Amino acid sequence: MKEGIAYSGVPSEEELAACPGVPSRARMARGAVAYIECVQCIPCNPCQQACPQGAITVGTPMTNMPVLDENKCVGCGRCVSKCSGLAITVINKACGGGLATLDFPYEYLPLPKVGDTVEAADRLGQAVCPARVLAVRSDGGDEGTRVIRIEFPLDEADRVRTIRRLKPEV
Amino acid sequence: MSDLSIKDHPVLGPAPVRRRVTVYYEGRPVEAAEGETVASALTRAGIKVFRTTEKTGEPRGLYCGMGRCSDCMMVVDGEPNVRTCVTPVRDGMRVEIQHGLA
Amino acid sequence: MELLEREIVVIGAGPAGLCAAIEARRTGAEVMLVDENSRPGGQLFKQIHKFFGSSEHHAGTRGYDIASELCRQADSMGTEMWLDTVAYGIFPEGVGLVKNGENYIVKAKKIIVAAGGSEDPAAFKGSTLPGVITAGAAQTLANVDRVLPGKKIVVLGSGNVGLIAAYQLMQGGAEIMAVVEKKDHIGGYGVHAAKLRRAGVPILTESVVTEAVGKDSVEAVTISAADAEGRPVPGSERTIEADTLCIAVGMSPLTELLWQAGAKFSYVQELGGFVPLHDEHMMTTLDGLYAAGDVTGIEEAPIAMEEGNIAGISAACACGHIGPDAAAWLCAAAQQRIRSLESGSFGDNRWAARHRLLDSMPRKE
Repeated sequence: MKEGIAYSGVPSEEELAACPGVPSRARMARGAVAYIECVQCIPCNPCQQACPQGAITVGTPMTNMPVLDENKCVGCGRCVSKCSGLAITVINKACGGGLATLDFPYEYLPLPKVGDTVEAADRLGQAVCPARVLAVRSDGGDEGTRVIRIEFPLDEADRVRTIRRLKPEV
Repeated sequence: MSDLSIKDHPVLGPAPVRRRVTVYYEGRPVEAAEGETVASALTRAGIKVFRTTEKTGEPRGLYCGMGRCSDCMMVVDGEPNVRTCVTPVRDGMRVEIQHGLA
Repeated sequence: MELLEREIVVIGAGPAGLCAAIEARRTGAEVMLVDENSRPGGQLFKQIHKFFGSSEHHAGTRGYDIASELCRQADSMGTEMWLDTVAYGIFPEGVGLVKNGENYIVKAKKIIVAAGGSEDPAAFKGSTLPGVITAGAAQTLANVDRVLPGKKIVVLGSGNVGLIAAYQLMQGGAEIMAVVEKKDHIGGYGVHAAKLRRAGVPILTESVVTEAVGKDSVEAVTISAADAEGRPVPGSERTIEADTLCIAVGMSPLTELLWQAGAKFSYVQELGGFVPLHDEHMMTTLDGLYAAGDVTGIEEAPIAMEEGNIAGISAACACGHIGPDAAAWLCAAAQQRIRSLESGSFGDNRWAARHRLLDSMPRKE
């Protein structure tokens, strides 16, 4: 099967390397930064207005892939809940202690609670490692898209993109 | 309320409380929420067969959900060919499987 | 039967019809907006995901909020709304309407048909079993009446409709067993597919459903590998447990009113089949009869809104409520926005198709 988001729903290494919304490894090592996994040209630009630092540019036509200015980006995470495609996370590889954090959008119930241990998962939905929930928030009054922050081992930071959904309480 | 009810929803929030009414499917009482369609109420109760075909008696149920395909038609309060997907429930409504052309 | 007279009649209160009504009302034209449903908003009211496009298209807003906002605008601007009203024909005498069992013929200066689209069927063994439903029906059940069609769902079709419906059903608590796609690539946006993959949903490309299995309703679904022509490869079948099969294999414009009125059509694959010929004002080959939204070609809500804007402004201009220069300026701005929406790999071929359609419109002598 051919590789790439249009074939499997999972972006290929090449697509991620060519994606102007993905920050450099050097920038990720310095601290929290947005990771915009938007690798196709689709008509969409709310991320541009979402950033208070002006670090995201889509421009004209609006099908341009969003470009991240990784030096302007401070990793505030305002963009995470604003992306209609749920394609933006904030990754922090500089928390120290051999750990990393990920802020990701989540639109399922039940929600995890702060302090819970959950299963961090990769782009295929497979469990990667246990993770601790540090925060569950909703930004700008939009209750529908929560932003969850999890903490997990740094060496899994390139794989972890979300968590496995929790089973409903019976 | 059964397994198929969406009581709480990550985007829509908790289901609004609506007045309960009772419709009768083949004589059997089925609880429904005021304002919902007959098709929704039956689906929630796990009922899938709404009518049977004229020539071969095969089962048919909800399909298009917008009043266009006729697969959801049932006999409602004695009247045949009622499109249950666009008909709101009423307390005491009698709903029967429509066999063929009724 | 009652005979009525109106200035502009808009048939269909989805995003295209609502925007047409709003723009026409803005110029002061009188607008009667008709819809067969008991609530306006078209397909928007059952969409719980955040829309794409730009801020002018309410990007980032959930579908049902866009519906509420457009309805509020149309209403507050004095649009005459006729809900639960079926428009059954367009005759020389006027538009035929039925409401509450009463028949009306409405003589209108201009008519805008914004009737939308409907889902295409798929036929295979067991496709008539209860438990086989369209993606749209599943969305109405889950997002409006808060009931799941089932707990173990297979979705047939990986266009945006199928991908979004699968995600919404998961949000409602169902398990998506698989999304089945005939072609070797996913039809809809990668970001929608990526959400499903992150939730562990298999997306089976080069696959087809060969049977919905069950006695009185769906109990399992048989899936086969598909060859390059989309035909099942013998011996590759596997059956998975499911109680629901959602069909999302494509949509076609609901063009009956325009056929019946006598408008001319062209077959355009990229736009979903037979679509009415129209000029840059969204007017069909029949003078005074306009079309906007999915009825002119299956696209997305932001495009439906812009076509509605163009039709509303153009109809109002033809009635003398706004000057031709102002109307041309507004329509050109809308066309620019359509161009922006119809670009990139998902939109370029539709922009090209739109222009072929405009070129085949017979020129007036």
